[in-house]
Amino acid sequence: MIRRIEKDLTRFKDIVRGKIKRDLRKFVSQGEMFGRKGKNIVSIPLPGIELPKFRHGDNQKTGVGQGEGGEGEGEAGDAAGAHVMEVEVTLEEMAEILGEELKLPRIEPKGKNEAVAPVGRYTGIRRSGPESLRHVKRTLRAALRRQLVAGTYDPDDPILIPIRSDRFYRSWKEKEAPENNAVVIYMMDVSGSMGKEQKEIVRIEAFWLNTWLKSQYKNLSVRYIVHDAVAREVDEHTFFHLRESGGTKISSAYDLCLQMIENEFPPSLWNIYPFHFSDGDNWSGRDTDRCLSILSDKILPHSNVFCYGQVKSAYGSGQFKKDLDGRFGDEEKLITSDIPDRDGILDSIRDFLGTGK
Amino acid sequence: MNLTPDLERARVEIEGYARDYGLDFFPTIFELVDHDQLNEVASYGGFPVRYPHWRFGMEYDRLQKGYTYGLSKIYELVINNNPCYAYLMKSNSLVDQKLVIAHVYGHCDFFKNNAFFAHTDRKMMDRMANHGTIIRRAMERHGVVEVEDFLDACLSLDNLIDPHAPALRRPHGRMDEESGPGEVGKLPSKGYMDGFINPSEHLHKQREKQEESHQRLQRFPARPQRDVLKFLLDHAPLRRWQQEILTLVREESYYFVPQGQTKIMNEGWASYWHSTMMTRKILKDSEVIDFADHHAGTLATSPGRLNPYKLGIELFRDIERRWNMGRFGKEWEECENLDEKMRWNRDLGLGREKIFEVRRVHNDITFVDSFMNQEFCDAQKFYVYRTNPRTGQPEVASRDHRLVKEQILFGLSNLGNPLIEVQDGNHNNRGELLLTHRFEGLELDLKFTEATLQALERLWGRPVHVETKLDDKGVLLTCTKGEISSEEVTPSGETNRSDP
Repeated sequence: MIRRIEKDLTRFKDIVRGKIKRDLRKFVSQGEMFGRKGKNIVSIPLPGIELPKFRHGDNQKTGVGQGEGGEGEGEAGDAAGAHVMEVEVTLEEMAEILGEELKLPRIEPKGKNEAVAPVGRYTGIRRSGPESLRHVKRTLRAALRRQLVAGTYDPDDPILIPIRSDRFYRSWKEKEAPENNAVVIYMMDVSGSMGKEQKEIVRIEAFWLNTWLKSQYKNLSVRYIVHDAVAREVDEHTFFHLRESGGTKISSAYDLCLQMIENEFPPSLWNIYPFHFSDGDNWSGRDTDRCLSILSDKILPHSNVFCYGQVKSAYGSGQFKKDLDGRFGDEEKLITSDIPDRDGILDSIRDFLGTGK
Repeated sequence: MNLTPDLERARVEIEGYARDYGLDFFPTIFELVDHDQLNEVASYGGFPVRYPHWRFGMEYDRLQKGYTYGLSKIYELVINNNPCYAYLMKSNSLVDQKLVIAHVYGHCDFFKNNAFFAHTDRKMMDRMANHGTIIRRAMERHGVVEVEDFLDACLSLDNLIDPHAPALRRPHGRMDEESGPGEVGKLPSKGYMDGFINPSEHLHKQREKQEESHQRLQRFPARPQRDVLKFLLDHAPLRRWQQEILTLVREESYYFVPQGQTKIMNEGWASYWHSTMMTRKILKDSEVIDFADHHAGTLATSPGRLNPYKLGIELFRDIERRWNMGRFGKEWEECENLDEKMRWNRDLGLGREKIFEVRRVHNDITFVDSFMNQEFCDAQKFYVYRTNPRTGQPEVASRDHRLVKEQILFGLSNLGNPLIEVQDGNHNNRGELLLTHRFEGLELDLKFTEATLQALERLWGRPVHVETKLDDKGVLLTCTKGEISSEEVTPSGETNRSDP
């Protein structure tokens, strides 16, 4: 039987989803509105979800307390304005909403049958095992049966005391299950022309790309490469905050990316997603030629899809995208996208993920 | 009832003690439920069946998360009905269950005997279920979304009622509405004395008064009306099913009013009785620590917060002590010898009797106002805090019981809601609705006010206004076709308020 409250809860969740969807562009372009809660939950301020009423504002500066006085929580004062109701949404739900709104196709992973790994599942029962895995229900049932037989069970005082021989434990069996792994390799140009705003755009877009890809793959690894004239691998924080000056040699990043794929992520076992963000400047035409040939000979055959996002900056010429489009115009695996500003993030996500590769 | 044998034994025992102490309650039915069920019932305000609405789902979501993360847990839930229904959570320990059972009997006694609950519908459980049927039927006929939208609008206004209405008898059509301003009555006098006995300026004033009271009758409503929902029911252009829904929303609002009016007393009374019964009759030696831990948790205070359980139980205990020792009445009040006051004990033993009387006739406002004195405030360490404008930090401002009392009473008046009345149902002679907010020092929350006005306009069908104060200036907020505008006005509410 469905409980009544489930219907009301579903209706509430629908309303929340509807509101998020309606304002998706706003949420997507303002990544910092999110409070991350733990690993898997974001909390989104949704003004207007509560029923409005005539009520007093938060300008009450006095109140009554009881006790010595002492140190309060000290939360008054800095919390300006009214509280806004926040709803918690899991990243999976968020990905689902994103997918529905952008009409993203589900990804057909490659190498479905090639990669298998053992998976443990708690499906068995044993008479011995660690206490943490004790099967309470079966244990108590055994104790009840024994006490009934022994005549020590009193229905008015229903106390069951399991003894050693009553105990049951869960146990696990190994099963071979197909695995699908994916790796995202983010590359970003950190030369002087990429400003703070450009990096913020990349950061927000990367968050959403990860969210979607995580909902599609069981295991998702994320790696970061920065480059100016040389390339190196960095951690997430550095990736989004590093600021360098100097020239731009894109081929250095592609070299490193290729090296990473060849050493760590054999394409037969991994779905590979290289993303490259830059403002479109490169050192020289000769380097661009090198980039194109690395892409066409090595990276593209290995990757599910290669995405290039060109963030508009005051200095960037945007030449690189033209070069890529000129060379790979009809190559399905290479997707380029222009991101003029924050509002362009959503469209660019659609460009990248819309093919379902 | 589905209690386990040992719980049922405990219940029978506790019910016996409760009756011995003189508690008087409706039959009380306990249900043993798991946390999912308890949270469900709690989301519905204690009722197993109500109309479908998403806000119950929102509440359920909140309760479930609180329980899952171990932040909050509901111990006790009891509803005012005949019979009373109370819920016990399966996973609680036996000591906790005993405490809750004793606490529940305290509440049930309060529901049955407190004057402010006297007018509530004791078959509310059935009525709530009927409301469910009404709304479900409306949804089938007119569409879920349309009914839900209308219901949302009604619920936005459900605090615009008059909490004292059940006790008031208002004049109805007693005044002769047809007669216009007639001749001003003159005192009989001989012609040559007339100018002295009936001076012309007096006659003039009388005439003005009559004029005004006549004009008031022309107004609509004749005097400001606090029960805004009633006014809407009588005068808004609603369809039949909309009338039904607004009526049931209003009924439910009134049903919940006494709970708000007696929160401190009700919880105090129930805590007084669980504490008395547990410590004197029920507890076994092995249970004392667990009980003390739980009881202390219920009564804990924290800086800047007022715990109604604590305030209530301590006031009841103080009253009992004072009436036992004869510390009341003229003689006590007028005694100025502190030493004598300290040793004052007349051994009257009237305490129990007095607190039973108090629980019968008082509500939170009169309870606090009548019994909170300086000695009590000192002993309980109450204080008023104020935010220091320089540091932005709250500071203890005073421990004077008059200020403490004033602050508590202020928070209790009108159940903490802003006082809003219908001023004019034909504003500007264009059928627009004008409400006034009787400003008492706290501004309205602007965002919420705007959204509420939009809901009000949906019901009224014509532009609506509310007059209030923002930054010490009179402001008229208007909602026309969903658009909000505001203009400055000189507050008119003040002059109108002087009406008798």
